[in-house]
Amino acid sequence: MTATVPAAPSGPAPATVRTPPLAEPSAWHAIRLTVNGRPVAAEVESRLLLSDFLRDRLGLTGTHTGCEHGVCGACTVLLDGEPARTCLTLAVQCEGADLRTVEGLAPDDAPLTPVQRAFHECHGMQCGFCTPGFVMTATALTEQPARPDEEQVADALSGHLCRCTGYRNIRRAVCRALDERFGE
Amino acid sequence: MKPTPFDYTAPRTVGDALALLADDSRDAKVLAGGQSLIPMLNMRLARPEVLVDITRIPELGRVVVDSDGCLRIGAAVRQSRAAADPAVRDGWPLLADAIGLIGHPQIRGRGTVCGSLAHHDPAAELPTAALALDARFVVAGPRGTRTVEAADFFVATFATAVEPDELLTEVVFPPLAAHHGRAFEELTRRHGDFATVGVAVLLERDPASDTVRRARVVCCGAGPTPVRLTAAEAALTGTDAGPAARAEAARAALGALAPADDVHSTAEHRRESAAHLLVRACTTAWERTR
Ligand SMILES: Cc1cc2nc3c(=O)[nH]c(=O)nc-3n(C[C@H](O)[C@H](O)[C@H](O)COP(=O)(O)OP(=O)(O)OC[C@H]3O[C@@H](n4cnc5c(N)ncnc54)[C@H](O)[C@@H]3O)c2cc1C
Ligand code: FES
Ligand code: FES
Repeated sequence: MTATVPAAPSGPAPATVRTPPLAEPSAWHAIRLTVNGRPVAAEVESRLLLSDFLRDRLGLTGTHTGCEHGVCGACTVLLDGEPARTCLTLAVQCEGADLRTVEGLAPDDAPLTPVQRAFHECHGMQCGFCTPGFVMTATALTEQPARPDEEQVADALSGHLCRCTGYRNIRRAVCRALDERFGE
Repeated sequence: MKPTPFDYTAPRTVGDALALLADDSRDAKVLAGGQSLIPMLNMRLARPEVLVDITRIPELGRVVVDSDGCLRIGAAVRQSRAAADPAVRDGWPLLADAIGLIGHPQIRGRGTVCGSLAHHDPAAELPTAALALDARFVVAGPRGTRTVEAADFFVATFATAVEPDELLTEVVFPPLAAHHGRAFEELTRRHGDFATVGVAVLLERDPASDTVRRARVVCCGAGPTPVRLTAAEAALTGTDAGPAARAEAARAALGALAPADDVHSTAEHRRESAAHLLVRACTTAWERTR
């Protein structure tokens, strides 16, 4: 089975992704969705997690998986604009969905987004494993119509665990990105 | 940590969903937000053969206030959407408070209100709020549609009045009196964790006498279902909800609660925490009746 990623009008060449044969191909479904602005059509087994679809089928390995039961937040992407766990979402549930992963923020040589720049400048990472998830949640915070208050920021960040315990700088980075977006 | 193989269907009508649940000879399970079910599939604690995704059924996606003033939340409505709804915030703020205590925004954005009620984790906030708010549950199945009162809905840990071939289609919250105040207090190890123990309080003020006309006190994490503390309610009713009345309610709660020891807490620690949370919740709820 194949998943084809048709080229965006001016984007890179189309990619074709080979699917490894599975031992128990039970129920397969054809899905269409948008990933980082590009239409994707694929056939997926019902039990395929969205995290594995992104990483193994589309080669988008920026979405990390840690716990695979919704606790660590490393696998968070924006699903129809809202941060969501890809390890608690089946690929087949994403028919018609609009997905954004960390790769979609500054594709190719595009300049880093304010959130990415703030993480860089504030050193909001140590090993970087948790970073993509934090960056996607922070991106959603900057895309809200009004500036979220301190409590809302803390609430959103509590949905992520950093095993390097770099929370101070992560929080600083998020505040800097919010300052840039909404004014201090 | 990958699920065992299963089939997946996404019906567009309640009728089709019920037919799939009833007619399929395979072991079928309802999939709503997946925020409790998919972890169980990943850990292989559940091995259903078919998932029936109900989130694409348009008639289940509504939050409405009907002509009787009742709030009706359909089974496909996500928790964060319900909490942000102006009708919910204005008319049933205890519900919005309870949702705000569920996990993290990343979870609430996917999880449904009805999914949490149907899942019925004994530490979950929504079953507790539903009992405090006298919610009614509309359950549809091959034997027709019935309405279940909150007191009869929660049967045991992870068990409700919904049979495997049935669907909770909506939850209905009756309107509240004008002079009511509410609070939901809970003890967690970290912000966003499931409650070790939690207390929801709803107080209705009699504006003429400035006393409690009606009290509701419900506890989560202290038994296999949400526990309604009727002795604490009686201790508050007719009083000025002052320190003496609150202390009496806390004593009543200590007498009525019989939680079990578990890895998170001893029974004694749970009971005492519940009593403290109750005092705090009563204070806040009463202030909010003004
Ligand atoms: C990291 C994390 C933290 C969490 N923290 C909390 C917390 O603090 N408090 C809390 O209360 N919850 C918490 N949850 C659970 C979360 O709130 C779930 O969203 C909720 O319990 C289940 O709702 P769902 O829509 O995701 O249901 P699903 O996971 O899709 O389904 C759960 C169960 O209910 C059944 N079901 C669902 N809808 C229906 C229906 N309409 N009719 C019949 N059966 C149905 C399913 O078959 C399944 O058995 C947490 C989850 C995670 C991953
Ligand atoms: S891998 Fe998804 S939350 Fe940990
Ligand atoms: S930077 Fe290492 S886990 Fe967060």
